[in-house]
Amino acid sequence: MAERSFAGEVEKLKLGAGETFSGEGILAITKALLENGVGYVGGYQGSPISHLMDVLADAQDILGELGVHFEASASEATATAMLAASVHYPIRGAVTYKSVVGTNVASDALSNLASGGVTGGSLIIIGEDYGEGSSIMQERTYAFAMKSQVWMLDPRPNLPSIVKSVGDGFALSEASNTPVMLQVRIRSCHVHGHFTASDNVRPSMTVTEALENPKRDLNRIVLPPASYLHENEKLTKRWPAAEKFILDNNVNEEFGDAAGKVGLIVQGGNYNTVIRALNRLELANIYGDTDIHILCLNAIYPLCESQILDFCDGKDAVFVIEEGQPNFMEQTIGHMLYKNGCKTKLEGKGMLPLGGELTGQITLDGLGTFFKTHAPEMLPAAKVAHNEPSPEIPDLSKVLPPRPPGFCTGCPERPIFAATKLVEEELGPHHIASDIGCHLFSIMPPFDLGATTMGYGLGPASASAFHNASKDGRKSISFVGDGGFWHNGVASSIGNAVFNKNDGVIVIVDNYYSAATGGQDILSSRADNKTKQTKNSITEAVQGMGVKWVRQLDRTYDVTKMRDTLKEALASTEEGPKVIVASSECMLNKQRRVKPQMAKAVKDGKRVERPRLGVDEDVCTGDHACMRLSGCPSLSVKDTGDPLRDDPVAAIDQTCVGCGNCGEVADAAVLCPSFYEARIVSNPTTAEKSRAKRINRIVSWLQKRRDARRIAFA
Amino acid sequence: MNMQAPSRLVARRSPGPDGESIITLAALAVGGQGGGVLTNWITAVAEANGYRAQSTSVAGVAQRTGATIYYIEMCRDTGRQPIFALSPSEGDIDILIASELMEAGRAIMRGFVTPSRTTVIASTHRIPAVMEKVAPGDGRADGKAVLDAMGISADHVVAFDMETVAKEAGSVISSSLLGGLAGSGSLPFPKESYEEVIKASGRGVEASLRAFKRAYDCAAGNETPPQPVAPVAPVPVLAVPAKLKKAWTDLQDRLSRLPAPVQEMAGLGLKKTVDYQDVAYGSEYLDRLEQVAKMDSAPFKMTEAAAKYIARALCYDDILRVADLKTRATRFARVKDEVSVKDDQVLMLTEYFHPRFEEFVTTLPAGLGRKLSRSKGVEAFYTKHFDKGRRIRTDKLGGFAMLYLVSSLRPWRRKLMRHESEMKHVDAWFATVLRVAASDKALASELLANYRLIKGYSDTHARGLSKFARVMGALEMLEGREDAADWMRRLRIAALDDVDGEALDGALATVASFASAEAA
Repeated sequence: MAERSFAGEVEKLKLGAGETFSGEGILAITKALLENGVGYVGGYQGSPISHLMDVLADAQDILGELGVHFEASASEATATAMLAASVHYPIRGAVTYKSVVGTNVASDALSNLASGGVTGGSLIIIGEDYGEGSSIMQERTYAFAMKSQVWMLDPRPNLPSIVKSVGDGFALSEASNTPVMLQVRIRSCHVHGHFTASDNVRPSMTVTEALENPKRDLNRIVLPPASYLHENEKLTKRWPAAEKFILDNNVNEEFGDAAGKVGLIVQGGNYNTVIRALNRLELANIYGDTDIHILCLNAIYPLCESQILDFCDGKDAVFVIEEGQPNFMEQTIGHMLYKNGCKTKLEGKGMLPLGGELTGQITLDGLGTFFKTHAPEMLPAAKVAHNEPSPEIPDLSKVLPPRPPGFCTGCPERPIFAATKLVEEELGPHHIASDIGCHLFSIMPPFDLGATTMGYGLGPASASAFHNASKDGRKSISFVGDGGFWHNGVASSIGNAVFNKNDGVIVIVDNYYSAATGGQDILSSRADNKTKQTKNSITEAVQGMGVKWVRQLDRTYDVTKMRDTLKEALASTEEGPKVIVASSECMLNKQRRVKPQMAKAVKDGKRVERPRLGVDEDVCTGDHACMRLSGCPSLSVKDTGDPLRDDPVAAIDQTCVGCGNCGEVADAAVLCPSFYEARIVSNPTTAEKSRAKRINRIVSWLQKRRDARRIAFA
Repeated sequence: MNMQAPSRLVARRSPGPDGESIITLAALAVGGQGGGVLTNWITAVAEANGYRAQSTSVAGVAQRTGATIYYIEMCRDTGRQPIFALSPSEGDIDILIASELMEAGRAIMRGFVTPSRTTVIASTHRIPAVMEKVAPGDGRADGKAVLDAMGISADHVVAFDMETVAKEAGSVISSSLLGGLAGSGSLPFPKESYEEVIKASGRGVEASLRAFKRAYDCAAGNETPPQPVAPVAPVPVLAVPAKLKKAWTDLQDRLSRLPAPVQEMAGLGLKKTVDYQDVAYGSEYLDRLEQVAKMDSAPFKMTEAAAKYIARALCYDDILRVADLKTRATRFARVKDEVSVKDDQVLMLTEYFHPRFEEFVTTLPAGLGRKLSRSKGVEAFYTKHFDKGRRIRTDKLGGFAMLYLVSSLRPWRRKLMRHESEMKHVDAWFATVLRVAASDKALASELLANYRLIKGYSDTHARGLSKFARVMGALEMLEGREDAADWMRRLRIAALDDVDGEALDGALATVASFASAEAA
């Protein structure tokens, strides 16, 4: 597993009835799964739901006791397909992944699952990676819910509500024979709070029991004529059942004064932001007490027409506060009102920006506009005007340097791109296709490499059109990480290139983990893992796919070799893809593993070498060429204070882990002789010590001898 | 993140029925600075003081050295759960913590610092971003602009170098930031409760507490925070062997006869050149300097520039120089100190070298060097057998001796091919300087300063030379103009600004355009 231990979190999963759980939202969901008798859990890691996977992977003993099966799915499609276990069997199953990217991958399985419907409660925990801090394209998962007709919950962002929604989700799924998506946003997943725990519950049926008593029902299988039956059933049975459940169990909440002339329809996930904005407008207190009539939709799909119409009945205007675009909910509500001849004025986008995150300020401004327009009398006079003239704050936009994420100190991927940059300096620019993962940071300075990113494991696939008519012409270079490789790159990228005889160069960046998502193990991880088969060779897999030209590099820090291998690949006239597997362990995870070991070894009096790189400041001329090929956080600039020098010189700080990249780059690019590697040996052997002493004596004699004949700085 | 900037409403939070109010705190950190730890500490302190608290963060890729925001809300517990917001809003932040100066600036730009409302707790140290580091010259951002903006935009500012406070205490910045927060008095919690939380955290407690206490006192004004120390140049003391005393004092006499304003710079230059080669070299340095001084007058700006850049020009970086520097006793001492080697530890030292054919031939006697450099065969042979990276272990006798031997070629340096070509270059440049100095001293000073463009080794050095040539090439277009010096300076800055020389192309084009316009 990841080099982090989640033992502390695992303890929280053991809490019993009445005890107070305290922690992050995503961990609360994990606990809630166990409290609701889940029978099996799967998923694919990714922000913001990685934590669920990490913790469960470390919680094998609890899961074992409860008879819950957990697996780290190969992809989101695998995870969703796994829910097939709830089609014929009354087993509650839950899977999780990052959306919208994960849902894209899952959608084939999702359509099939939704068509046949489910018997056991099926919950898909969607980590909605939208708005600030998001690392992906900005789209909504809502469209998937609509097209496949799976229901979608968007609970208020506090732990008790989130936990309740897990139970609601399972029950709703069973009541309507439909999978349910539980949407949680980035900050809801990472929100710290409390809730009162209940006891964990054994699943009513375990997967083992199901396996021992197989069942099948032709009507649940997606094949004509059943598939036509399914569509009809969705509309006539499952949908009404879902609406009934939502209404009977008050899944959606109403706040404020029902007699109010205006009302707000809010997604549960945005409730807190809305209340804060109302509070700043003096229309709600800090506990959410307000006279404003609010319909808070913890179930955002389906929308219950009767509930919407009742809410709007007798109101002059209703404001739908919906995040993202298209504004599906607003459109649906407008449709309901119009069809029913309702005169209530509908507001939404327009008063809010068409797209983008509903931040505090945007929500505040939107509500301000709404009340000014439709209920000015409710708004305190002070709030109507810009009541606080703010002084001229100097514009720093020209001063502030951007600080995008980049490779960590000692990252084994840095030398790969340093080498690529050197190749481009020598052979000119190439079309470079990037993939998803840490290695995508190559598009940032100082490397500025990579033209497109088309999805996880699709780097080489996204270069497949580039077939050069001339055999010895320029080739494309594409990157894919070990995570993306196993996720679907094996077939979609490598297999495709082999089958179509694509001559491009493919670099597989193997850092032993699914690193960007938190260092989870994958097939090619080198670690021993009790519950997983690791150590599966990428090189052999690639050869198995039929690649003839494969090179395995086991030390990416050897920039010279990396560069020469890339050049060899680009020069090769052999038909088909040229695959370079560049392997070195993710430094973040390596340090987590090695640091404590080294500290212990030193304590135990064992001989330990600790490497560190350094720069001779009087040899460095301050041209910063090394930094243009590195961007390492520990390699920075410092002033010498020497009046004879104008520019700051390079310097390496205490955080250096001694990966050697800067030295290797200085060598490969023939930059300068300023770099040195210092290995500090703790508990050296006696022989070693005396040798060092002897050499020191001779060295200092030589130095004195030289200084006796010249004037030099002392 | 939002797609349009609507008309901004400015509105404060209203308190609860019992006067209790929500406190909002945002912390901007650079990934890897322990912002998560800080957030947990603050949340724990609040809860320990009978407050309800909620923290959120955006993890994901932002962890990887990028800028990250942590957000906390807290409120006195009255038995009901307040509705806490999950992310910071413009104009709605009571306390803003920034773990680095530019991040404080970013907070201001994002509207998280509001006059008459926000207390800013910022560490004033710098972590240069990649964009700042890659500039060939000095690309670092202007910290003062941010400090000024803080003064204008914040209600109360606690700003000092919390990184140094943490380092000196053997801890990390999260501890000193917590101390700064506690000392600022912006939260209604006693000092002890913070310390309790640190103690409970278990790891590195002693160091964390030291850092916390010092930062607390600095913030509370009981102690003066660590002041930004101007980097001190290694005091250039020369070791002068007895038999060279006389020659050296003669040089110093000549130095003392130079105009007072240039004494310091000239003194440094003289020491550098003597240390680089020998007494005679120092005297050659003074010869050139005296020529410039003769043509100059108070305040002797031109001579000062000459003192600086002639020294730079004479002390070019060749293999002899590098071998010398790398084998000095002072250097070993500095390395030991930098990587902090304790007495019971042993240091293994590896130097990264990559001498190409060019370095090899130019280190030969001029005649031989020229001969070989013309021979393709020899070059091919060298490239095949010798042109590769060398790892030299200077902690071993063999490696040290090799470099020591190279360094001891110094007496013959003047005869080497590299010296010949360097001096040809310097003479040409210096002649131009003298010619221009007769008519335009300001311009001559800029020409001297252009030597700044020549630095680095191998390809970088070659690029420097070509930039230098192109900038100097503009002389004929500029000479005789009122603003010649100013334009020459602008050209040099352009050349320093970017690697590919696009900025320089632009600047040169401008010069060419008005030059030709006036010619017509």
